[in-house]
Amino acid sequence: MKRSTLGRAFVLPTTAALAFGLVACGSANEEGAASGPTINGAGASSQEAAQSAWRTGFLESNDGMINYDPVGSSGGREQFTNGGVDFAGSDAYLDDKEVKAAQERCGEGGFVEVPAYVSPVALITNIEGVDSIKLKPETIAKIFNQKITKWNDPEIAASNEGVDLPDTRIVPVNRADGSGTTENFVEYLKEAAPEQWPHEVSDEWPVSGGEAAQGTSGVVQAVKNGNGTIGYADASQAGDLTTVEVGVGDEFVKYSPEAAAAVLDVSERVEGRGENSFAFDLARDTKESGTYPIVLVSYVLACSNYDNADKATMVKDYLNYMISAEGQKAAEEQAGSAPISDDLRSKVQPAVESIGSANSGS
Amino acid sequence: MASSTEAPPRKNRVPRRPGDRIFAGVSTGSGVLILVALAGVAVFLVTEAWPALTAPAEDIPGGQGLVVYIWPLLFGTLISAVLALVIAVPLAVAIALFITYYAPRSIAKALGYIIDLLAAVPSIIFGLWGMNVLAPVTVDPASWLSQHLGWIPFFAGPPSSTGRTMLVAIIVLAVMVLPIITAVVREAFTQTPQLHQEAALAIGATRWEMIRMAALPFGRSSIIGASMLGLGRALGETMAVAMVLSASAGGITFNLISSENPPTIAANIALQFPEATGVGMHTLIASGLVLFAITLVVNMIARAVINRRKDFDGAN
Amino acid sequence: MSTSLTTPERDPDLHTPLGGVSLTAGQLPRGAAPGTLVAAAVAGLLLWLLAGWAVVPCALLAAASYVVIVYTWSRAVEGPRKATDRFVTALVSGAFLLALLPLVSVIVTVVSRGAARFDAEFFTNSMLGVTGEGGGIYHAMMGTLIITGLATLISVPIGMLTAIYLVEYGRGKLAKAITFFVDVMTGIPSIVAGLFAYALFVMMFGPGVRMGLAGAVALSVLMIPTVVRSTEEMLKLVPNELREASYALAVPKWRTILKVVLPTALAGIATGVTLAIARVIGETAPLLVTAGLTDGDNFDPTDGRMTTLSVFSYYEYQSPGLFAEASFDRAWGAALVLMIIVMLLNLVARVISKLFAPKTR
Repeated sequence: MKRSTLGRAFVLPTTAALAFGLVACGSANEEGAASGPTINGAGASSQEAAQSAWRTGFLESNDGMINYDPVGSSGGREQFTNGGVDFAGSDAYLDDKEVKAAQERCGEGGFVEVPAYVSPVALITNIEGVDSIKLKPETIAKIFNQKITKWNDPEIAASNEGVDLPDTRIVPVNRADGSGTTENFVEYLKEAAPEQWPHEVSDEWPVSGGEAAQGTSGVVQAVKNGNGTIGYADASQAGDLTTVEVGVGDEFVKYSPEAAAAVLDVSERVEGRGENSFAFDLARDTKESGTYPIVLVSYVLACSNYDNADKATMVKDYLNYMISAEGQKAAEEQAGSAPISDDLRSKVQPAVESIGSANSGS
Repeated sequence: MASSTEAPPRKNRVPRRPGDRIFAGVSTGSGVLILVALAGVAVFLVTEAWPALTAPAEDIPGGQGLVVYIWPLLFGTLISAVLALVIAVPLAVAIALFITYYAPRSIAKALGYIIDLLAAVPSIIFGLWGMNVLAPVTVDPASWLSQHLGWIPFFAGPPSSTGRTMLVAIIVLAVMVLPIITAVVREAFTQTPQLHQEAALAIGATRWEMIRMAALPFGRSSIIGASMLGLGRALGETMAVAMVLSASAGGITFNLISSENPPTIAANIALQFPEATGVGMHTLIASGLVLFAITLVVNMIARAVINRRKDFDGAN
Repeated sequence: MSTSLTTPERDPDLHTPLGGVSLTAGQLPRGAAPGTLVAAAVAGLLLWLLAGWAVVPCALLAAASYVVIVYTWSRAVEGPRKATDRFVTALVSGAFLLALLPLVSVIVTVVSRGAARFDAEFFTNSMLGVTGEGGGIYHAMMGTLIITGLATLISVPIGMLTAIYLVEYGRGKLAKAITFFVDVMTGIPSIVAGLFAYALFVMMFGPGVRMGLAGAVALSVLMIPTVVRSTEEMLKLVPNELREASYALAVPKWRTILKVVLPTALAGIATGVTLAIARVIGETAPLLVTAGLTDGDNFDPTDGRMTTLSVFSYYEYQSPGLFAEASFDRAWGAALVLMIIVMLLNLVARVISKLFAPKTR
């Protein structure tokens, strides 16, 4: 019994001391980190990799701290409109109700909404013995609607002369979770092949019976593990899987950053949302040569006016960095996104510049 | 339990000590605190689920009302959790028996430790493992099953070519709850009175007869309790199922090996919540409320079963 | 219970000593069972290697043939009771091996994938200013320890006291209600616990609040029922004789509970608490909505975002960016560290229960 009393006397204090000792020292790479204002964001998980690139690049030459919770687009929009976060990322622009809520939250000056993250969505396939494949929008719609079920279907063969297509069952892979990628892809199918795609546009996959996987990583993994699979995913994650060349007009286009960003330039801006809102209805059915129509455009939301001047400056500088050539390049290198064109940048720049603080003058 | 020791009619020569009163008060207080916390959660759940309960049917995702939306989820949750338990409980009891009665003492200790450790593996790891390791392994056996045993509804096929099936989700769940059940059951077996065991052996019982007569009856309440603990985890498991299962809404089927499966409630909440808005979000919370109710029923049944055997509690 | 044991097989012959029952029953030769096992295994191996069968049917066939041979042999020589015993032994061992298969596979996978990033940088750095390769998990490690530690501090006393109340004091309506609602609590989906904690903290601190403490509260909601359930189970296993012996010595009830009941059940309670911690330490969804995600250190649970290992691992895996390999390595590495932390906790729980438990032998 003696030993156990001794043990009691020592175990707890030692454990406690150990714990506190550990807490006392910070990370090796953070010693002497300068302090500054902290701004918080939340929203689309698609932007997470890009946001990480942006904040790293931005904080190299600025003080402060930036956080981004990838809680999902709608979570980000909600937290932004009820004042929970300073900025938000969203795969879709605000709807009318949210516009009102955002204007209420931001007060005078309204809100800023700019496309900062453009990412091509690649169609990835894994078919034994096939390493290049071309598909027309109608064919894609039929495949994902499970109307074409074999890879050697005459309709697929027609646009793939010289390719030896196997008699394998087609396994379409879709996202199991609600996502902006799904919404953008479905929107593309609806607009580019309306007759073959009778389903409504939403962020949930409308066809049952396909293979469903969680998140981009899940889709890529499922496509990789199966044979005869086809799925849609952020192009940056396509890796060494075969990507589909998509029919646009009379030609077939392989995804590329330039081709994806080009869509934004032929798309129309949505009017009547305030001067600082740059929302676009994408031209999915474009016949323009050299554009890749399956893209995900993700927006950044902020207020034109913040109570705290330091915060306002920080948000403004950060957004400026995001849309700058440097920031877009950083996102391209880290997240595989498509840099926005100079033309678009010059259009949205004034919106970002409008961010400020009502108190800064006084 | 301790009622035999209270004996109020006895002449109360010993007054209730202040220590007793404080201790009883603090314990009761904790219990009440739990009730308060739960009331908070319940109020939160009901207020959040209310808009979905009262919303017109066409506003619910799927457009056919709450029942149509939740029913497949409920089905998926029940079938995955129950089948996982069917696999896990016998195995867990076997492991506990093996460690307690069959394995050499020195090895038994290490084995017990390994099993405890596995109870500690976070669900995300099981998700990663199920997706990357287990799912591909099941593709060939699944197609064999559908070819030769296709007449059993469970194996009707067509087999999934990626292996991300209900079968894999069930196995993953079973593997996840296995260590939990084992740990509790093993603890009960080690508590089996030594005297009972020795008495059984002394009258010439074989090892199995000793286990059947001394250990199993003693551990029965623990086995049921542990199973319920496991079932609770299997019902509520989120990430692992979300990562492993290829789920599509509306797919009510007993078919375990195709790629069209009903999702589970918890996994569906995890999958849809980040992008859910308005009524959609409230619907998800309402489905959470249903999960709540199932767990309630399951636990009530378990309590009833345990209480019937209560005479055996407390090693009397 | 003894009736089933002593069914006489023949009428005792009272003229010969020992009633005609032979003192030595038939017995399989030593090494018969292991020999059969080896033979079955070899046969299975041969089928696999030479006949080119798949691994699974070979193993199944070998196992089945061993069971059948040993059972019939033993039944013929030793009688049905011994044969059943051998059958069950084979069954239990077989089930054990079968169960071990996936468990070992999980561990091997995590260790082999996670070991890639076990370098000094991984343990001493945070992710602040890191993209692509490199980076570390120090911030997430501390976040996990702090948040889980707080959750344990909240739920273990509450859970244990409630269990004590239920087992030692509780009767009547209140105890019934508590039992019932603890059971209900086990059914709370983890994300709902997170949202509840978030709503609670928004009420106190305003919208957009993120802090480690909120995460700890969310985890407590998930942890408490597990603690109550397992503690209750273990307290019930403490023999009433011990309590009564203590009361007989005029020890007050609260001292009996603290000095006799709890120490006796401590090993089991420690296991239960470790299990409860393990249940919550890998949670992602409730922590993301309450504690958020940040790249840098934050050791103050009452102020600002805090990253935990599970959240970190999940998002490294979920949105890897272009340097997917580096991200996946970090994800698996963080998962391995999480496992090791729980292992250490387990060890501590064992040491504590050993120090406090009464010496029975």
